[in-house]
Amino acid sequence: MRIVVCAKVALDVSQIKVDASTQTPVLSGAPLKVSDFDKNAIEEAIRIREALGGEVFSVTVGRPESKAIREILAMGVDAAYVVSDQSLKEMDALVTSKVLAAAIKEMGSFDLVLCGESSIDGFTSQVGPRLAELLGIPQLTYARKVSVEGNEVVVERALEEEVEVVKAPLPALVTVTREVNVPRIPTIMDIMKASKKPITQWSLSDLGISPEELKPAVAVEKLQAPKIERKGVILEGLKPEEAAEAIVEALLKEGILRG
Amino acid sequence: MRLCSRRAFSGGSEIVGEIWAFSENVELLHELLSGAEELSKKLGASSAAVLVGDGVREVAEELGRYGADKVYVVDDPAFSAFSPEAYAEAIAQLAKQFEPSAILVGATKRGKELAPRLAARLDAGCATDCVRLEIDEGGRLVVTRWALGGNIAAEEVFLKKPWVATIPLRVFEKRVFEEKKCEVVESKVSVEKPKAVVVESKKKEAGAPLELARVIVSAGAGVKNREDLKMLEELAQLLDGQVGCSRPLSADYGWFPEWIGLSGKKVKPDAYIACGISGQIQHIAGMRDSKVVIAINSDPNAPIFKVCDYGVVGDLYQVVPALIELLKKRKK
Ligand SMILES: Cc1cc2nc3c(=O)[nH]c(=O)nc-3n(C[C@H](O)[C@H](O)[C@H](O)COP(=O)(O)OP(=O)(O)OC[C@H]3O[C@@H](n4cnc5c(N)ncnc54)[C@H](O)[C@@H]3O)c2cc1C
Repeated sequence: MRIVVCAKVALDVSQIKVDASTQTPVLSGAPLKVSDFDKNAIEEAIRIREALGGEVFSVTVGRPESKAIREILAMGVDAAYVVSDQSLKEMDALVTSKVLAAAIKEMGSFDLVLCGESSIDGFTSQVGPRLAELLGIPQLTYARKVSVEGNEVVVERALEEEVEVVKAPLPALVTVTREVNVPRIPTIMDIMKASKKPITQWSLSDLGISPEELKPAVAVEKLQAPKIERKGVILEGLKPEEAAEAIVEALLKEGILRG
Repeated sequence: MRLCSRRAFSGGSEIVGEIWAFSENVELLHELLSGAEELSKKLGASSAAVLVGDGVREVAEELGRYGADKVYVVDDPAFSAFSPEAYAEAIAQLAKQFEPSAILVGATKRGKELAPRLAARLDAGCATDCVRLEIDEGGRLVVTRWALGGNIAAEEVFLKKPWVATIPLRVFEKRVFEEKKCEVVESKVSVEKPKAVVVESKKKEAGAPLELARVIVSAGAGVKNREDLKMLEELAQLLDGQVGCSRPLSADYGWFPEWIGLSGKKVKPDAYIACGISGQIQHIAGMRDSKVVIAINSDPNAPIFKVCDYGVVGDLYQVVPALIELLKKRKK
């Protein structure tokens, strides 16, 4: 089994501050981390390798943040590939998936591509399906259980109204949700071993793509924190009965309950 | 197949492609058609529904009632089951032939796996979970969506056509156009047999859709046992509402088929009563448009208290029963 995992180094959204005067997020210098769902994808890839043998490669487009890449390797990935380039500034999902597709083709043959269902910062849920299309392979999205059986991958996925089991012949692309597993935390030993693992850095020209082929189709024009227009009436130290009274009063006042 | 004018004309000689709407969810399709009608007017184009499936021809005419000028129909047993591979290919073939300006896709999970695959096939941009759509002075589509964990509104502009956007329930309001007739365009497309196939499908035990609830009593990880949900259900019943939940109760414990939040359902009830929910941004992203937010939480520092109208610092195991008691008394 040759498994490729797409792993984004994303903005750690839980640590982004908002500039109070402009109500805009402060992104320069914001901390980065491996996107949560991608860690689930890495974990799943490693579990499949542990069960069936083979190799797991990661591929990252964009920020060549070495600490995050080392963490990916420490989790058990065999080799990491990173594509970064001066011209890769304004990336939408269209650009990211094209670069990933080119990189994956350059990495050689593969049986399975794993992605997180979404990235924590952009949250577009687009890269997996786009990549499957560009690679010409089937996609199995929102997987909460994954198994490889012979030459097929089988996943269980929860949709709004049903739970489905879907299968496809390899090669295929699977996107996973957070429920699929609990990502391992690397030990000191893992971290030491990771420092010897190979990281391959590519620029766009290494992949034979010119920046002209990578024009984004969507651009972010503005980021704005919403104004919170809530009353913020906080009641502390009330007896349960008093609290209940207060809630009923509020429900009456807001017209939820009729008097 | 009949011949039809390829595109609508606006003003002078400039040709503006249609605004298309697709969703496998009928309710959402009706809403999207309302949005497509509105956007197409601004652009001087027309709106169209795209129907793909087996036996869908018979419902085509009805869609005029919801705002469609035209309905493209691909009715073929090959499309009896939804498949992102096959559906993306079918809609892409139509789009290459008729060159729409926009394809609005319902942001169900199926829609959200279809739209990007379709966009990739058309080398087009795509915006996910748009909550607002506008046309700027340059005639470009500008959308608003929640990004960066759900606490920042991002305005994104499309730099080229076609524009592909996914849109959740309740962004557009369904409208009925009593007299409106639509033109039906039957298309034949042939696609490869999809490689991914559904081998098993189980319906979840489905309640009424949360999106329609007037009052939502929402359970968080502060609820310790599954049996305790009975208490919240009783409260919801007394308020004519429904019970929803945060992600862990559904995704981790499996107590609910669906959760509310960035990665779950987006709801906007008249009242949202959060019981034992800490109020992480990813949760808020799914309920921020609620009219009134009430929170019950034992931790005075819980972030939910920063985004609520009324907050009670207290134990939900005491406050909720007291509330039930009081509401019952009032009913008498
Ligand atoms: C990419 C991403 C996407 C996510 N998407 C979603 C999403 O769509 N929806 C979602 O909900 N979450 C989502 N999450 C998870 C989210 O970050 C939180 O972990 C989750 O919302 C926490 O749920 P909770 O508030 O129920 O639990 P907790 O954070 O554990 O909070 C429980 C609360 O209950 C209170 N409590 C405990 N006992 C009592 C009591 N007896 N009485 C009153 N209060 C009590 C505690 O004080 C605490 O505030 C996502 C996370 C990520 C990283």
